[in-house]
Amino acid sequence: MNRDPLTAKEFWLLSTLGFATLFGVWSAVALSGFVPSQFLPTPWGVVERMVELTAKPFAGYTIQQHLVSSVGRYLLGFGLAAAIGVPLGLLMGWFRWLDDVVSPLFEAVRFIAPIAWVPFAALWFGTGIGGPTLIIFMGAFPPALINAYRGAKFVEPRFIEAAQTLGASNWRIIVEVLLPASVPSIVAGLRISAGLGWQSLVGAELIVASSGIGYLMVKGQASISTSTVMAGMIAIGSVGIIIDVLLRRMEATINRRRGR
Amino acid sequence: MAARRRFGRTQIAVATVLGTFALWYVLTATGVISAARFASPREVWAALTQISVQGYADAKLWQHILQSCKLVLMGFLAAIAVGVPLGLAMGWSKRAEAYINPIFLLLRPIPPLAWIPLAIVWLGLGDAAKVMVIFVAAFVPSVINTYTGVRALEPYLVEAAAMLGAKRWTFIREVLVPGAAPHIFTGLRLSLQASWTTLVAGELVGALHGLGQVLNAASQDIFPAMILVGMIFVGVCGGAMTWLLGAIEKRSMPWRTS
Repeated sequence: MNRDPLTAKEFWLLSTLGFATLFGVWSAVALSGFVPSQFLPTPWGVVERMVELTAKPFAGYTIQQHLVSSVGRYLLGFGLAAAIGVPLGLLMGWFRWLDDVVSPLFEAVRFIAPIAWVPFAALWFGTGIGGPTLIIFMGAFPPALINAYRGAKFVEPRFIEAAQTLGASNWRIIVEVLLPASVPSIVAGLRISAGLGWQSLVGAELIVASSGIGYLMVKGQASISTSTVMAGMIAIGSVGIIIDVLLRRMEATINRRRGR
Repeated sequence: MAARRRFGRTQIAVATVLGTFALWYVLTATGVISAARFASPREVWAALTQISVQGYADAKLWQHILQSCKLVLMGFLAAIAVGVPLGLAMGWSKRAEAYINPIFLLLRPIPPLAWIPLAIVWLGLGDAAKVMVIFVAAFVPSVINTYTGVRALEPYLVEAAAMLGAKRWTFIREVLVPGAAPHIFTGLRLSLQASWTTLVAGELVGALHGLGQVLNAASQDIFPAMILVGMIFVGVCGGAMTWLLGAIEKRSMPWRTS
């Protein structure tokens, strides 16, 4: 397409300028004294606060301990969503009656934002590990199910017919034909699940948790410590990036092995 | 796959929904599920009439719905008013992309919900904080998808327009925007969904009115029937808005058949 040409030098110059604008405006406003530093700390103030949080407990724990408890919940909720969503999706892709029974219920529940499960999560499972886990599950479940289902639905009919001709049982068809054939779709779904699950975790921890990064941020908010809140945002963003990179790697590896 | 089908899809769907209701009724009536943990259909109906007629959490149902929809629309519209032009600019000009992308790369990984505490510190528990968070949530998908839409524009369209001597504004109006429209609408749909989730979360953290506040109050009162009513309307409103956007999408792109 006919876009304005750009040399590598110009590109780096503009990109650096972009970074500089963000941090420059931020620092300038923070230093100008228009906004009290309690409401807008300087960028280095946030970094200092972050380092401080690694040593000094805030809201009960240090920031690493909060991270560990967040990640633990996350893995549990995401793991459950994958462990239930993927097999159910495959089964729905194979058994028409199951599809017909589950789909209307699933469609009815899907429009409810995962975060709206917070009251029931708290009521049923409390604020420890159970409540937040339910919300992560609700966020991560739909893409896991939908992609496994689509994967199973779009398997080459020839493969299924061949397996049927050779007398494979339903079980063997699902495990040995549908599952391998829909791996790319499943992995793509899990990547979406992972992202949504992480988002839901943050929401859950803001409301129904007594530890974790979200909880740290709420406590920071309550004591009007903007630097703590921002440190939490950075931690959440960083873990989000790590999760995404890991899953992208996994996806690439799997696709490469399958010769795509 | 299944060769014979004795029942149609709709019949099974209706039967499933009815069956679920029957099961729900039986389980709650017999006390298998305790009333403190889940509500019976009758209690939900009672809660629905209560909130519609007398009100709950300081307002009637329609007022809560109106409040939530108003905030979502404000944040969403503000986000697309900034996001779509920005996406167009980033898609069209490499300079704009090089300049804006770094800022974007830094802010994008932060989930919208993580902005809630910051918004509250800055703007308090009122409407402004919610609009800010919804703005952040809706902004990212609208920029990214608009950008993708421009990048996916067929080069021959651009060249044809250039050859025919289209002026800058004519080009934007007649080629750039319609060409990117399918992607823009995908972005808007994602933005809208993100807006709803964020709003509900924001209201759960603290609000005076709104559906999230209904959930919050019901949760504190341990009132499962009202929690269910709140969840149902979160779903209904989210669904209705998505549907409305779909209808707008269809009308604004009459050249698309499907």
